[in-house]
Amino acid sequence: MIKLKSVSVSVNGRLYEREIEPRLLLSDFLRHEIRLTGTHVGCEHGVCGACTVLLDNKAVRACLLFAIQVDGQELFTVESLAESQDDLHPLQNAFWETHGLQCGFCTPGILMTMIPFLEENKDPTEHEVREALSGNLCRCTGYQHIVDAVLLAAENQKKSN
Amino acid sequence: MKPAPFDYIALNSIEEITSALNEYGDDAKILAGGQSLVPAMNFRLLQPTMLLDINNVSKLDYVKLNGDKTLKIGALTRQSTIEKDEIIKEKFPLLHETMPQVAHSQIRNRGTIGGNLAHADPASELPAVCIAMGAKLKLISKEGERIIPSSEFFQGMFFTSLEPNEILAEIQIPIPTEHSGFSFMEFSRRRGDYALMGVAAVVVLDKNNNCTEAKLVYLNAGDGQVDAKKAASVLGGEKSSPDLFIEAGRIASEEEIDPFGNVHASTSYQRHLANILTQRALKIAFERAAKKEQNHD
Repeated sequence: MIKLKSVSVSVNGRLYEREIEPRLLLSDFLRHEIRLTGTHVGCEHGVCGACTVLLDNKAVRACLLFAIQVDGQELFTVESLAESQDDLHPLQNAFWETHGLQCGFCTPGILMTMIPFLEENKDPTEHEVREALSGNLCRCTGYQHIVDAVLLAAENQKKSN
Repeated sequence: MKPAPFDYIALNSIEEITSALNEYGDDAKILAGGQSLVPAMNFRLLQPTMLLDINNVSKLDYVKLNGDKTLKIGALTRQSTIEKDEIIKEKFPLLHETMPQVAHSQIRNRGTIGGNLAHADPASELPAVCIAMGAKLKLISKEGERIIPSSEFFQGMFFTSLEPNEILAEIQIPIPTEHSGFSFMEFSRRRGDYALMGVAAVVVLDKNNNCTEAKLVYLNAGDGQVDAKKAASVLGGEKSSPDLFIEAGRIASEEEIDPFGNVHASTSYQRHLANILTQRALKIAFERAAKKEQNHD
């Protein structure tokens, strides 16, 4: 029996401490240990991108990290984007306006991929958006409305600056 | 929980790594970016009983140009860091242009160059590019260090010349000669996915634009990276021409590579891709080398 290890991690600005097995994936830690189920789990081997979260402000796959690895670190999940349904993040609003989601399973991972992308790319081309989306699978939309949403968010971001 | 149980230690220095490797050897796996290791553990293809996490060893995370001759990259350097590095962009364009094709941005944010090379996946871009660039690799153990050519490091599918007590610590890449040109090309079903076939081409031209050196290294083309020496040799002394590229592509794709085929591509399709990609890559590599030659005059 492997003994449990303690992990202390800040998620969305709140500190969580748990005793866990080293083999617990970060994605399962988020969903089962601290009950933040906005991070979705699709393929669990790094292909679909549904579990993307921010670590050091970089988009990473939570299913390819062990929770023990983020001990002492700070991360953000999709739950950090909006306070309430009536106060969506501008990127979420853009998805809503352009019909950028259907079933919504892939959306959290796409949002968490596009947040740092739009910070680094203030005026992205459609090609750059598609390139940045290449690590996220969506089986509903055919991607067109997702691309529209990200381009609209970039447009709105430029206007507000 | 998907992976089999294991114990875990986070290490803080190179000395701690070599000591731990001495103690645990084959039972342990080094956890760097984990972008190949963790999927393999999630599938239980790998079931190490001990993971040695080296992510705190910042001494293995650097990119520096040594005396204008050799680029030195620490094994723990993230792929996204290499992708954005200005020195690499300017002086090592083959590496720079390959990076966006190594998996997806989320993977490159975690994945390290050392982990990628030590994993030795025949379908991976970086091993082929390292061989094409003539990179050397520094391996460290408690007994000391040794530096070997990357062509000797890769021994076949998921198999390297690393001893159980060694870690890949540094990648050393010689600066390309002024009259060289390069190209990296791959074909995959989705950008960032494993390529069905890929090739790294490097050529060196003389003043008259005759080829003096050539290298063609293929990925996902057999048990390991395929260094197509015979196809490269027909380029020797020759000028850029479609017939020449067709001949090189034919030799590499028919005689030298040995692809396995998979659910997405039959072996004959993989050979076809190798043939076409060779022709396209050589055309660009020759053009780039010739352009440099003109600029130089």
